[in-house]
Amino acid sequence: MFEARYETTLKLYPYARSDDQTSGERRRHPVIVVGGGPVGLATALDLGRRGTPVLLLDDHDGVGIGSRAICFARRTLDIADRLGCGQRMVDKGVVWSVGRVYHGSHEVFTFDLSPEPGQRNPAFVNLQQPYVERFLVERIHESIDEGAPIEIRGCNRVVHLAPVDDGTLVGVDTPDGPYELHADWLIACDGARSKVREQLGLGFEGRVFEDNFLIADVRMRAPFPSERWFWFDPPFEHAGRSALLHKQPDDIWRLDFQLGRDIDRVTELAPERVRARIEGMLGDDVDYEIVWTSIYTFQCRRMPRFRDGRVLFAGDSAHQVSPFGARGANSGIQDAENLAWKLDLVVRGHAPEALLDSYSIERTQAADENILASTRATDFLTSKNTASALFRDAVLTLSADYPFARPLINSGRLSVPSVYDDLPLNGPDALESGPTVSRVGAPCPDAPLGDGFLLERVPGTFVLLTIDAAAPARIEVDPLHLERVSLSSTDDPSGMLAARYLGDAAGAVYLLRPDQHVAARWPRYDEAALRAALDVATARIST
Amino acid sequence: MSAPDHPESLSANTLTVDRNLPDPDGFYDELLEAHEGLDATETHALNARLVLILCNHIGDRDVIRAALAAARRSPSGHGGRTD
Repeated sequence: MFEARYETTLKLYPYARSDDQTSGERRRHPVIVVGGGPVGLATALDLGRRGTPVLLLDDHDGVGIGSRAICFARRTLDIADRLGCGQRMVDKGVVWSVGRVYHGSHEVFTFDLSPEPGQRNPAFVNLQQPYVERFLVERIHESIDEGAPIEIRGCNRVVHLAPVDDGTLVGVDTPDGPYELHADWLIACDGARSKVREQLGLGFEGRVFEDNFLIADVRMRAPFPSERWFWFDPPFEHAGRSALLHKQPDDIWRLDFQLGRDIDRVTELAPERVRARIEGMLGDDVDYEIVWTSIYTFQCRRMPRFRDGRVLFAGDSAHQVSPFGARGANSGIQDAENLAWKLDLVVRGHAPEALLDSYSIERTQAADENILASTRATDFLTSKNTASALFRDAVLTLSADYPFARPLINSGRLSVPSVYDDLPLNGPDALESGPTVSRVGAPCPDAPLGDGFLLERVPGTFVLLTIDAAAPARIEVDPLHLERVSLSSTDDPSGMLAARYLGDAAGAVYLLRPDQHVAARWPRYDEAALRAALDVATARIST
Repeated sequence: MSAPDHPESLSANTLTVDRNLPDPDGFYDELLEAHEGLDATETHALNARLVLILCNHIGDRDVIRAALAAARRSPSGHGGRTD
């Protein structure tokens, strides 16, 4: 009997019986993605647009209740732009960059995450996760209309898995009963309680935090700016030890309250109790409506490796963080972009399977950074140990009068893009005094170009980017596809392109990966060096 | 009572552990005066603030790290605590 685990508010992929179910055979698919959240959808979209057939299975037919992930970082927006759905996110989202931190009623710290000027996307937009899923599904349908080999099946629940030599046997349950599939490659994007991970008996270790947080989405017309406001020891009643206020689209505001350990969830979710907390923060005379509430605790943990033979893990199925710093969905979408081009090359036979090991190496390093950052924030907010409490109070008290203490306040270090420093796919960084921001392993920084921006010119292939440097117009690197982008520093009168890519050099040649990360850079073109760097970047040789 | 041996890690480039306080008795008085009238909780809170203020003043992470290691060492000089 096929039962939904939760109510869906938006049907994005209604159930429909597929040929695979009626055929009586176990049909084979090159890639099956399990899980239709933002990470699964981004993975399927990226792979499908590259031309690799992908089947996505989700155990429901759309989006559950609740805003869930709401802060989407600039790198995520840049990735969404490459996939063709970034503008919709920026148009619908609430742009913000300023945060204020209060101790009691005293403002003790303020930060502005505005990226440097001359970049297309803002530092952050707030946008409810259901919108992101909807935009990704719309883009998948547009891509299907253009011929992308993507299929989504809703109400297809994976119930068992068995690895075999050349893939994975997948048992799926549906409202019309069970059926089986064979996946050459399986990508688990099925969240923190991943069925795939459980079926394969793989570990997921780290730290569990005991403090409970109440989150409430509240609809109201409020005069507050679109800033992230965070209070330690809030001055208003019923708030708990810390509180947060942040704006979302549709006049919905996210409110968070730190409730502490040993609470009774039923009592705390009672409407009168929730209202008391909300009215404590907002005052009695604000008109509001509660849209969604939830109480949660966190874990910061990850799998030891994100590849297990023919199965790959991305997003929360691979790693979990606490939400302070918005590193969950943002890092999951960076997992998707890292994986899609690599798996595409492997499926086509253009790169060895070892390239997928680099996915695990690069993204476990990224996960460790995110886990460290979110663990530190969670400790600062919730740790009960004597020393932590003592120094937290000291930091907060000193912040009122001493600027040095303010950067020690940690209510979350906001998500930054991953840089793959010193990792195996990196080629030479031969540009003397090359700017740090565009070093090997970094994602390309954006820069103005005439009326547009650099990243609009960087497609999802390998790219030979030259700035004031000569190179052949066409270079054959079969079977890979290499685009040539030829620029001059005069293309940007503001000088930002030169500052970000040349430094003191007269010219530069960059090899960019299909995920827009820098694979190698040199002061001038050299064919042998380029070919060697491409081999390294596709794991065809190792350094 | 003999002074504890200095572990090799305390080089002249990092933490100063030779005498460096003029008028030690006067310094000692001022340290205790700063705590005058404070109960145990307030004393600990003051010490924590003082640690942060002085660490920021020093600024050099190697020096701070050496100081933390020295403070952590047991009085007999036998290395870290085991509890």
